[in-house]
Amino acid sequence: MYIIVVGGGKIGYYLTTTLLKEGHEVLILEKDPAKCDAICEHLGSVVVRGDGCEARTLGEAGTERADMLIAVTNEDEDNLVACQVAKHKFNVPRTIARINNPKNEALFKKLGIDVAVSSTNLILEHIAEEVPTHPLVHLLTLTGRNLEVIEIKVPPDSAAVGKRIRELALPPQSVIALMVGKWGAIVPTRDTILEPEAQLIAVTRIEAKEALREAITASKGA
Amino acid sequence: MNVVIMGCGRVGAQLAALLEEEGHKVTIMDREPDSFRRLPPNFQGRALVGDGTDEDYLKRAGIEEADAFVAVTQGDNRNVMAAQIAKHIFNVPKVVCRIYDPLREELYHTLGLETISPTTVAAKLLRDVLID
Repeated sequence: MYIIVVGGGKIGYYLTTTLLKEGHEVLILEKDPAKCDAICEHLGSVVVRGDGCEARTLGEAGTERADMLIAVTNEDEDNLVACQVAKHKFNVPRTIARINNPKNEALFKKLGIDVAVSSTNLILEHIAEEVPTHPLVHLLTLTGRNLEVIEIKVPPDSAAVGKRIRELALPPQSVIALMVGKWGAIVPTRDTILEPEAQLIAVTRIEAKEALREAITASKGA
Repeated sequence: MNVVIMGCGRVGAQLAALLEEEGHKVTIMDREPDSFRRLPPNFQGRALVGDGTDEDYLKRAGIEEADAFVAVTQGDNRNVMAAQIAKHIFNVPKVVCRIYDPLREELYHTLGLETISPTTVAAKLLRDVLID
């Protein structure tokens, strides 16, 4: 595939390294001459100095034959425009934008960007997984279905401990798919009793996530 | 009319003053508080520090009740992004966006944004002055 990467910072550099190893043809567009020189030195002539938001630069880069454009600069607005110019002026089939402000994820999709990757969210999720006291960890978003796969830990003092799943006030369309407790992983039924400290893998509607967390983690006193 | 202006540079500040003189309600926003010094001393409208590409700041600026939104920061891409938020998320009836780069202006114009390229406008004006 021919892939254009806009932005030759750390992400652009390592992304290009990976894509080249996989055998793709890659071209980086980068404004800063010092970064261009560094990339050129390490990866060879895979970089063109220029503004990846400009139709002229994109034209010179042969964007009309690109299979994909990935915009990974530090500025959300630059990534948006690079993708929109690629899509609408050069008919690039697939555009991917890095976003720094997680609020822009929905906006970018609405404005026609095929994939918006929130680097901030990804980092936050990974850190959250490593923080043992955090009761809820986002695992996966099921794109287009408004569903999310999450992990919840049952706190020992939760009112849900010792109850059967059917006795819990779970929000509609929320399903506990797996319980990992002292006996290992089991697929729970409606009669499974919640163990303290068990890890639950659940599927839920995104807007019901907090209600589900509340149903599992609210303490007895509450 | 209720107008939100993003960017308090020379053009933004002067536009704010003009509109206010004509009796319109103006809110002007800029990331730099220092920029508001360009507003006339008797300016009665609201001046708000904030980023117009952030939906929350736009709401604070009253974008939901605005009849018009104008994006005139120094950054073409910031203007394009804010204008698209105003148009597609908040459904502001009249949205105008300044884009210096003529090629980008042409593209976003065909995509349905109301755009002005000062580069093209100024070049045409200068040409007309030179060649009568």
